[in-house]
Parts: sequence; C-alpha cells; structure tokens
Amino acid sequence: MRYLALAAALLLLGTLPLWAGGIYYVNIASQILFYAVFALAINVLVGYAGLVTLGHAGLFGIAAYTGAQLLNGGHGHAAIAVGALAATLAAAALFAVLALRGTGIGFVMITLAIGQIVWGVAYRWISLTNGDNGVSISGRPSPLGLSLASPASFYWATLGVFLVAIASMAVFVASPFGASVRGTRDQPRRMAALGYHVWLIRFLAFLLSGFWTGVAGLLYLYYNQFVSPQAVSLTASAEALLMVISGGSATLLGPVAGAALVVIMKSVASAYIERWNFVLGAIFVAIVIFVPEGMVPGAVRLGSRALALGRPRVPAALPAADGEARR
Amino acid sequence: MSLWLVLAVNSVTLGGLLFLLSAGFSLIFGLMRIPNLTHGSFFMLGAYLAASLIQAGLGFWTAALLSGLLVGAFGGVIERLLLRRLAGAELAQVLVTLGLSFMVADVCLKVWTGDPIRIATPPALTGTARVAGLTFPIYRLAISVIAVAFALALWALLDRTRLGAMIRAGVDDPAMARVAGIRVSRLFTIVFCLGAWLAGFAGVIGGPILSVYPGLDQEMLPLALVVVILGGSGSLLGSLVGSLVVGFLYNFGQAMFPELAYVVLFLPMLLVLVVRPHGLFGRQPV
Amino acid sequence: MSALAVRSLTKSFGGLLVTASVDLTVEPGERRLIIGPNGAGKTTLFNLITGELRPDRGAIALFDRDITRVPGWRRAHLGISRTYQIITLFPNETLLRNVTLSLLGLSPLRWNPLARLDRQARLVTPAREALARVGLEHLADRPLAQTSYGERRRVEIAMALAQRPKLLLLDEPFAGLSVEERRDVLQLVTSIPRDVTVVMIEHDMDVALDFAERITVLHLGQVVVEGDRGAVVAHPRTQEIYFGA
Repeated sequence: MRYLALAAALLLLGTLPLWAGGIYYVNIASQILFYAVFALAINVLVGYAGLVTLGHAGLFGIAAYTGAQLLNGGHGHAAIAVGALAATLAAAALFAVLALRGTGIGFVMITLAIGQIVWGVAYRWISLTNGDNGVSISGRPSPLGLSLASPASFYWATLGVFLVAIASMAVFVASPFGASVRGTRDQPRRMAALGYHVWLIRFLAFLLSGFWTGVAGLLYLYYNQFVSPQAVSLTASAEALLMVISGGSATLLGPVAGAALVVIMKSVASAYIERWNFVLGAIFVAIVIFVPEGMVPGAVRLGSRALALGRPRVPAALPAADGEARR
Repeated sequence: MSLWLVLAVNSVTLGGLLFLLSAGFSLIFGLMRIPNLTHGSFFMLGAYLAASLIQAGLGFWTAALLSGLLVGAFGGVIERLLLRRLAGAELAQVLVTLGLSFMVADVCLKVWTGDPIRIATPPALTGTARVAGLTFPIYRLAISVIAVAFALALWALLDRTRLGAMIRAGVDDPAMARVAGIRVSRLFTIVFCLGAWLAGFAGVIGGPILSVYPGLDQEMLPLALVVVILGGSGSLLGSLVGSLVVGFLYNFGQAMFPELAYVVLFLPMLLVLVVRPHGLFGRQPV
Repeated sequence: MSALAVRSLTKSFGGLLVTASVDLTVEPGERRLIIGPNGAGKTTLFNLITGELRPDRGAIALFDRDITRVPGWRRAHLGISRTYQIITLFPNETLLRNVTLSLLGLSPLRWNPLARLDRQARLVTPAREALARVGLEHLADRPLAQTSYGERRRVEIAMALAQRPKLLLLDEPFAGLSVEERRDVLQLVTSIPRDVTVVMIEHDMDVALDFAERITVLHLGQVVVEGDRGAVVAHPRTQEIYFGA
C-alpha cells in the first residue's frame, strides 16, 4: 500500500513540469524542494536531537556566499560545491562547539547570537560580502553536459537532490546512529548512563544538519543567481524553523509539508497580502499554541481516527527545553 | 584625543540605555527562563507611541511615562493570554515571543510607515554643559544619570522589598520558590510587565539619540542578548557591567573596525560562553 | 581486590554539604544495601559513582581502577549499570527497542548511520533474551507507554542486566510497586548471578532486608553505621535514625 503511494508520488513529482501549468508553478515547486532539503536538515537537530536552532540561516548563507564568491573567482562548479560544503561543514563544527556549551534554552540563545553574527558579517563586511547589495552570479552547473538554465531542467535537478536527501534521512532515522540521536533527545541522562557519548552524538548530528543545509544553500544560490544578507537574517531562520514545526518535527514528511506551506503562503501572500511578516508571526504563534505537533502528525492522528486504523503514535511535540545531560 | 573622549561618553550613554533595556530582559530570563524575543519590539513600540503622543501635544516626560505604561500593559496582556497558556514549555514560549515580534514590527510599519521618526530632546535638557573642562551634551549626561537612578531603584526593589525577595528566590530556585508558597504565575506576570515597561521607557529615552525606525527592534534585541550572556542572567550587577561593556564595544568597534562591528560585539560574548557559561555574574549557566 | 572502593567522597551544592567524606568498600559479588532517611544523600552517592556528578574531593575505584576522572558515559563501558528512582525510559518505543538501545550503548554499532537497527540480530536477539529473563518477552512489541509501572521497572532491570555489568546500582527499585510486583522484582534481584556485584538503595526496609548481606546507613551525607545485616538492624543508631528522635 505504502509502495503504491510512493510510486504515485514519484510519478507526480517526476512529471510535474508537464502538468503544472506554467513556469511560475514549476519555479514554486523548485523552491519548495530546496527549502524542503533545508527543513529536513534543520529537523535533524530540532526533531531528532531535540535541539532548537534559531541561527541555521547562518549556515545556509555561508554555503551560498562561499559558492558565489568561488564562482565569481572563476572556479568550476564541482570545485564550488566542494568548497562551499567544506566551508559550511567547518562553520557547522565551530557553531556546534559553541552552541553545545548551552543546553535547552541556552542552545537556542547561542544559535541566535551566532546567526546574528553571520548576518552582521554579511551586512557590514562589505569587502567580503558586498554588504546590502549582495553577490550576483551567472550560470548554473551543467552536470553531464545537460544545461540547467530552464526552469524545468533546474526543477528536475533539484528533485534529484531532494530525493537523495530524503532517502538519506530515511536511512539515518532507521539507523543505530539515528536511534542514538533520538535517545539523547528523550533521555540524555539515561543515555549517558547507558554508555552513549551524548555531546559527540549531538555534535555529529549538527554536522549532518550542516551538510544538507549547505546543499540547500547552494541550490538557493543557483536558483536565485543571487544572495544577500536577507538570506541570513533572523527572519530567514525563523521561516525555516516554522517550516519544521508547522509540518511536524521528528517526521520525514513534516518538514516537506511545512516547506510547501511556507513557500506557497509567501508566494501567494505577496500577491494578495502585503503584510507577510505579520502573517508569518501569527502563524507561528497559532501553531505553537494550537498545533504544537505540526500538521503531519496532526493529520495522521485525525486520519487514522477517521479510518479507525488503530492506536496512532503519541505525537512528538516541541522538544522540552530542559533536556540536558551533565557533561 | 577628543574623538576617544566623545566615543567614551557615547559609550557610557549607550551603556545606560542598554541597561534600561536589558535589566528587564535579564529579569525575565532569570525568572521565567525564557529569552524574551519580543523585548526589542517593546523598545521600538515605546519609542513610536511616545513619538505620536508628543505629536499630539504631550510633553516629553508625560509621553515617556504613558507609553511605558502602555507597553507594560501590552506585555501583561501577552503574558496572561499567551505565555501563561504555555506555562512550563519554555521553548514554546520563546517561539511565541518570536512570532509576536514579527507581528508587532509589521504593525508598526503599517501604522508609522518606513521613515525614521526623530523624537526631539526634551527642552530642559538640550544644549551642552562643561564638566571638568570638557563639553558634553546635557541629554547624554542625563541618560547616564537616569540609568544610575534606575539601577539603584531596581536594586532597592530586589534587595529591600518582599516582591524583590520573591523574585530573587524565583531566580535562584524556581522549584523551591513554589514549594515555599510563592505565587509563581503571578510573579511571572509582574516581572514580564516590569520588563516590558522598562524596555518601552528605554525606547523613549533613547528616542532623541537613536530616533525610531523599522528594524530598531532587530538591532536592539541582539544587544540585550549579548549583555545578558556576558553579564549573567538574573543579575542586576551583571546587566550594568555588561551594558557598559557592550556600549563600549559597539561604539569603539564601529569607529575602529566598521566592517567587523558585529564580530567585535559578539566575539567576547562567545568567548565568555566558552570559558564561563554563567556569564560574568550569573548564578546558572546559560 | 574490591569491586567498588570509595574514599573520602565529598560533594556540596551551593552551601549544602550533601556527601560528607564518604568511605565505602564493596566486595565482588556482595549484596550491599544503602539505607537512610530522605535527604541522606543516597542518590547523590549513586550519581557520583556513575559519573553524573563530579565530586569536590575524594576518589572512586572500580575493581582497583581509579575512575574518579573517567567521564560518566565511559563508566558504563567499564561495567557499571544503574536503575533510577523515577523510571526514565523511552515511552514512545517498544519494550524490545528500549532494551535494544541499552545493548546498543556498549556497541560500536551506535555510531553507524547506514545500517538498519531493526535488522541487527546481534543486538535484537540478546534484547529478546533479556526480556525473556524478566518474563516480559510476550510484550516485546508493546510500546512502553502502554505497560504497567511494575512491568516498566522489570524492563529497566532487564536493560541494566543486558549490559552484563560488573557493578549494578539499583536506586529504590521497589518504589511505587504493588505487593505482587515487589515479589516479582525481589525474585529477579535475588536471582542475579554472583559475578555481578549489587548495591541497592532502598527506603522500604521490609522488602530490602531480605536482599541485603551488608548494610550501610547514611545520614546527612555521612556513613553512620555499617556492617552485617543483623548488626546494623540491632544497632542503636539505626533505631534512633529510623524510629527515634
């Protein structure tokens, strides 16, 4: 049954440019896909490790800016990918060491502060980042000689990356390491007593999250052909976090659904409503208060009740802020 | 030489302003264990409200007090209607304050539009004065005096009154405080209102120097964050020292390394975090 | 060689001295009971032994190996397992998964991000056996949240035993259990083989006395009485602490 649904979804996604009804919608789909990769990456920390981050746009931006500067420096696309991802991983390692000095709320505050530093550098260090004017690039990679210039071809490339990302997430979740990570979210003290090195587990989870965030950042750069401090702002981090919690953290499809929700709302909203920030804030507040477990688990809960499919899992809510392990 | 002196005076002024802003933030964080991400919005809102009140004909100080009260009341409403529903779920409360900050910022943008608004210096404090052979703007001196006055008043509140004792108990050990019969939920509301009031008032006081404009909230919030991490949460002395340090870092950083201004500001904070997670004067680690 | 040797162990919280220069020696295979009124510092002592807390002063040795500086997570690999006063397992996971996690903690597999945990026979099979040993194999696929408190306590002990510890620390294992459940747990505990040294904290003397060979009485962070079961029970200080002024 599940495989049928999976096959149908793949078919729909694979043929999207043929039925979507115009370039505008294909582009929206591309955006949903790479933002979904970003959301999945954040979910490794928020949903599976129980560590909420308000500064991940910083890593996203580091990947995009590094890619942009390397490209404008005349390097090839393969070198750019390696360089940008390496820079992002190095930054993620540094951020992790700093952020893991705090636990629970402290972690949130430190990631917020780090995110603001990156934003400040992007905004002020003009000789490095061109400040508010941002950095433009021209051109997209041509893997195997195929051009990605058209919306449809870019969409398919992004779809490919997204499928790899979500498959790797599925493998991670089912793996022993994935179980270790979830264990540190639920009972860090107990995990330490069982022999798990909780700090190292969290650190590695941060790196995994950083890697896919970097991938998403590069896709963003190639899509927009441009990056500016806007991509690194607190608003950007908040939007990304919203994608995760609106869809449902600690699920695979939740972040994807959340990314779709936020991207569609933003695109639609900017057409009809001027006040996107107000709406963003209001949705945030509403979801946190009324549907803390997010849309996907909420829908699963309602759906299985409707179909009387037996007892649904206890939904994963926002991670408790006091999950701590003594170091 | 005189440039450094001017920078130093500006730093003390900014420090005083930051103290007013972050004392409330520090109390809220220390007692309720949530970094109130709406705090910058309170600051900005206070300034905007006062600007309108002054335009409607009120005097500077009346407007300052009134808008402070309005912001304080707004804070109270937020705490009772939204935060209290999520009592115990600190993370959810933080996210709510984040969402609210976006909402408030957007409403301010709608109501007051995007142009910066200058708040005129109160007439009694315009001009300059000569102190120890040097010339300083009177208003900047006044801010420092106000900050010190508030520091003393807050210290008296915390150290000498029953309310203060309850707050200190709650900061030190919330579980014990509850067991000792302190009505913690009511304490939360009071402290949140107090923090919001201080922030709003600070926004007005800072008006003549900073003006008020969209994005002011996003600029002030990280500064309060740094002050509290540096100085330690729930510590008045920490807020004072931290505010001065940040004031100096910000001004001198801007002057000497304009491109690295933010780095200069945050790096010491991160260093403190790595070496001493309690902050300089805090009781609990961040 | 002693199984556990604690020397002058001291720990304060703020101004409060919780563990006051405690000396304790437990022989291999021994059944030691630690008792004392609430606030005596019993759980803190356990937390110091497992490494959750760092002592202010003093030393801890496990089979003559100094572990005072060894981080907590490594002590599990050296052979210490424990249970907690308040059961802190994984409520959303099945019983089988809970025990598997316990076995995973000591296995290098725990770092593997590619394999499928469910298919690791070398973890899952012993996990089933561990559940069978406590009579819960029939509930292996039940989520923990849907089991009774007594069953959870047995799962917890199964998890601790599954790690084949040399030193097992049981923190108030009978707390919150019904009379029958206590009997089950007592039977479990007394059937633990002698190659495991067991130290138990208990508040309820009735059940624990059957288990104990030697008893240490803690009061206000200090060892006040220690010796064989009979001697300690008859000791005037014990009577005083539990029944008198």
